[in-house]
Amino acid sequence: MSTTDAAIEVRGLNKYFGDKHVVKDLSLSVGRGEILGFLGPNGSGKTTAIRMLCGLLTPDSGEGHCLGYDIRTQSDAIKRDVGYMTQKFSYWEDLSIRENLDFVARVYELANRKHVVDEALETLGLTSRASQLARSLSGGWKQRLALAACMLRHPKLLLLDEPTAGVDPNARRDFWEELHELAAKGVSVLISTHYMDEAERCHKLAYIAYGNLLAQGSAHSIIESQNLSTYEITGKSLMEVSKSLEKHDAIEQTVIFGSTLHISGKDPHSIESLLQTYPHKPIPTSLEDVFIYLMRQSRDNYGNSHEL
Amino acid sequence: METAMSFSFNRWWAIVLKEFLQLKRDRVTFAMMLVLPIIQLALFGFAINTDPKHLPTAVVAYDQSEFTRSFISSMETSEYFAIDTRYSSEQQAQEALQKGEIQFILTIPSDFTKKLLRGEKPTLLMEADATDPVTISIALSSVQGITEQVMKKDLKGSLSPLWSQKEPFDVRVHRLYNPNGINQYNIIPGLMGTVMTMTLTMMTALAITRERERGTMENLLATPARPLEIMSGKIIPYVFIGLIQASLILFASHIVFGVPFNGSIPLVYMVVLLFIAVNLTIGITISSLAQNMLQALQLTIFYFLPSILLSGFMFPFSGMPTWAQHIGELLPLTYFNRLIRGIILKGNDFWYLWPNIWPLMIIGAVMMTLAVRFYKKTLD
Repeated sequence: MSTTDAAIEVRGLNKYFGDKHVVKDLSLSVGRGEILGFLGPNGSGKTTAIRMLCGLLTPDSGEGHCLGYDIRTQSDAIKRDVGYMTQKFSYWEDLSIRENLDFVARVYELANRKHVVDEALETLGLTSRASQLARSLSGGWKQRLALAACMLRHPKLLLLDEPTAGVDPNARRDFWEELHELAAKGVSVLISTHYMDEAERCHKLAYIAYGNLLAQGSAHSIIESQNLSTYEITGKSLMEVSKSLEKHDAIEQTVIFGSTLHISGKDPHSIESLLQTYPHKPIPTSLEDVFIYLMRQSRDNYGNSHEL
Repeated sequence: METAMSFSFNRWWAIVLKEFLQLKRDRVTFAMMLVLPIIQLALFGFAINTDPKHLPTAVVAYDQSEFTRSFISSMETSEYFAIDTRYSSEQQAQEALQKGEIQFILTIPSDFTKKLLRGEKPTLLMEADATDPVTISIALSSVQGITEQVMKKDLKGSLSPLWSQKEPFDVRVHRLYNPNGINQYNIIPGLMGTVMTMTLTMMTALAITRERERGTMENLLATPARPLEIMSGKIIPYVFIGLIQASLILFASHIVFGVPFNGSIPLVYMVVLLFIAVNLTIGITISSLAQNMLQALQLTIFYFLPSILLSGFMFPFSGMPTWAQHIGELLPLTYFNRLIRGIILKGNDFWYLWPNIWPLMIIGAVMMTLAVRFYKKTLD
């Protein structure tokens, strides 16, 4: 084990696929018992970054540790001790729930295999359905089975790649409760997601776009760091209002949220003067406003050279 | 209602275009569809010859005269026989026949010329390897013609009275290993390797591409399991399936088709195991080349076709042109067919089989190296 106390500590990770620079100088740190939300548009390199952290891919350059193991040379130890949940359900649909858990227990050479599997089935509440094929489970249950399979060997670090995509809100809430329980026990979690409500549940966030890490820190500090002022307009024909306001340089972005329009920019005074004619009020800038802002900025700065 | 039912050319064309685009994206399928007919054409058009010629023949001559030389040269000009001068003693020739290096032995008895001139109707002995009756039948039937030709040419002048008696000498044919020339004896042992080639190669290729297609491979790779553990673990069930297939065919060939069994059973299973191993490594190599299950299937068929056609299973190996024989010599089934026929029909022992065992071992080792190398690539 290294001297560092962090679960993940990586600096300057780079990965190329052919001449595509997929991950650029990525540095991350996740402390013990911390949940780090990994956000960013599709194709921004999140999955590649996670695969480098769990030893599936070797970074082209950069260095760092996961649970104290060198990610370049000790991928076998990382594979053994880190729980990784793939984006797509990757357990065997033609095996039963018990057979899947049993396979995982065997391949990780867990002691007391039968006991461990029974316990996991009980925690899942699937004991009565243990012989059902994994194929027959709903999306929410599949994802819980995958998490249970990951947790069989009580890893100290979980890497979860969009685990809640396509899962209903109820099941997502249960899932997050489980994550916080695990975090309270000292398990560190890195989770990628597109959901804002999930981002707000993380202790820390990292925002990545086109392979670049654009912001890292708590939700609060990320909002602060972008220094945006946001106003809300309520009323009708918001689409037209939005189009006419967007032309002004002082206004960085306009986003329609149902019957309200959010207007954000760096300079509150010039925005106020532009909004004179509309019923408006200042509101706190939300995480979503900031992420949309970051995404647009990154598209302007880095996106041109890429096809997306 | 009527407009909804009527055929829209635009909609139809949209679908046609989409299909072509998808076909273009799937390079392997596209290539396969173009290459397959060309290969088939080459195999059936040029390589496969059901009238095999230039069959290797040894001559054991205890008597040499104008007549015997004339008979031998007529055999060669008939193009059915190619005299192999390396084997001239009876023992050498018998050994070569047992190993399958030659198809025929012509034995000329010491008193042949003397008896011929006395009009005593001497006999030439023609021993044939009848494991594949199709290969030898046409060549053997040409012997009658050769005899007549020799008589016309050489029994002239004062010797012509010898010709007037209908047959001045006899050619006696011994069909060895399959005396009745039953074609099933040849086909059924050959079927064993063909069935194993098809199912084992395909099943291993699919077993691995299936994991990749369903996304479960990533999960497997994220476990501490090493590539060699994953690969060998995945193919073990197919080793058993292969053994069961071989046993079924062996049992059926003896009980149902009455194929005589002259060899040793442990030797059969040793050869079968080696052949299974080679097929599994080929399956793994295919699975690393194929992107999905469909491509794995196509590649399997691509490999299977020449295996059937050029291995001596369906058509006589010795009847093929040299270039096709060279391709056949790269295919494991060619060696397995010789081995299994050698054991079952000829009762060959290990040292007679060795010339066909080591090539299988080399093919297996090469494929295994390729498979392991390709497999590692699936990560980075």
